[in-house]
Amino acid sequence: MKKTVYLDNAATSWPKPPGMMEAMVEYNRFIGASPGRSGHTRSVDAGRVLIDARQAVAKLFGVPDVLRVIFTKNATEALNIVISGLLGEGGHAVVTGMEHNSVMRPLNAARSRGADFSVVRCSGGGELDPGDAVPLIRRDTRLIVITHASNVTGTIMPVAEIAAIARERGIPLCVDAAQTAGAVPIDIEAMHIDLLAFTGHKSLYGPQGTGGLVIGGGLEHAIGPLMHGGTGSRSEFEVQPDFLPDKYESGTPNTIGIAGLHAGIGFVSGVGIDAVRRHEKSLTARLLERLESIDGVRVYGVKDPDRQTAVVSFAVDGMSPSDVSFALDEEYGVMSRPGLHCAPSAHKAIGTFPEGTVRFSAGFFTTREDIDYAADAVAAIAARGRKGAGK
Amino acid sequence: MKGADYCVMLFDSVSSTLLAEKILKGQEIPHKVIPVPRHISSDCGVCIRFSLDLRNRVEPALAGKVEFREICAL
Ligand SMILES: Cc1ncc(COP(=O)(O)O)c(C=O)c1O
Repeated sequence: MKKTVYLDNAATSWPKPPGMMEAMVEYNRFIGASPGRSGHTRSVDAGRVLIDARQAVAKLFGVPDVLRVIFTKNATEALNIVISGLLGEGGHAVVTGMEHNSVMRPLNAARSRGADFSVVRCSGGGELDPGDAVPLIRRDTRLIVITHASNVTGTIMPVAEIAAIARERGIPLCVDAAQTAGAVPIDIEAMHIDLLAFTGHKSLYGPQGTGGLVIGGGLEHAIGPLMHGGTGSRSEFEVQPDFLPDKYESGTPNTIGIAGLHAGIGFVSGVGIDAVRRHEKSLTARLLERLESIDGVRVYGVKDPDRQTAVVSFAVDGMSPSDVSFALDEEYGVMSRPGLHCAPSAHKAIGTFPEGTVRFSAGFFTTREDIDYAADAVAAIAARGRKGAGK
Repeated sequence: MKGADYCVMLFDSVSSTLLAEKILKGQEIPHKVIPVPRHISSDCGVCIRFSLDLRNRVEPALAGKVEFREICAL
């Protein structure tokens, strides 16, 4: 029987916990006002929704000062704030070879304004040797960006080692936690992360349109805002306030989404990130074992559940990733993502550019049965591919 | 009761104000979030009102956690 198996959690998680959606309905039904823009009860209540959510984020990532949590519409906006803020018309950044276009495109835009960047090469498994970053650091290096885990191979990157290198040289470290926030424990102090970009709609189980930036002490003086506008504070002045979080939060925020994000974080904290991680590791182990045993299937990455998130990239001999993905969806109801996953440089590292791979990404709600069903579907499609190739 | 029995604490942002509210609530220090009185500031936001004699509890409670802009007697 054709089932529906959603294996695209690395793009956005699905399903979402019911409490997340209820929180959004409740917000709109009982509060719904513009946060802090007016002094009335429901405007203040809306402001409380934001501060409560900020506290939940701060607690999750070990942020000592709640006001250093900035809400954005996604991780991309947070990364843009950091990159365009620190690299103006000059300066240099060092990034890994596994970055998403949400890092590479703002960097290239900065380059066209006169800044520059260098890329630390990664291995065919998507691994980074931290020592390789050192020779790329220049006198004018103002920023190091590292993804916490690749969205192509799931490879978990050596953040602590890179943080040590950055700290020794006084260079701010920005971690792209789009793939890990909620799925892998993060403590910004213990890991010495200066800037943490996260998204709300993946492993934090919030709605799309939510994310944020945790900004380390003092860096707000070096980083200008992307947008200027109303904040509800210091309205008598026609220039952007320089205090947090208002400096980076112009315009009416996505309060309804943030109410949902808070509930999503509540769900993840309730289960416990360690329990989430354990479940996803066991799914990854199963998926790797099943896919690797199929003739004509190549699996990429480190292939070690302890060193990757629940993301597995693979290719089927003799078939394009998009054909495999389409057949999985059309015939088996298995939803995957083919192609380059917005990360061409990661595909270059693992040798799959420009065709890309098929990506399966499990989430907390994925079951072992889902994995087995999806693997059976890949096996059937691969067998057909072998016949088609005349083997 | 005369007017000067209360004071208000003003913050830079709504976020700071409501963070302060959470801290005061947590420590059970009586207070109220009110719109900033027009004669104190042209700001359109909110501030925290408490009775004057609580000032010596409010300030230490917030110290190191959230900064305020000023305190005014009402
Ligand atoms: C590694 C990585 N960085 C950044 C992003 C961007 O996240 P968002 O689409 O929420 O901005 C994604 C996912 O889309 C990602 O996988």
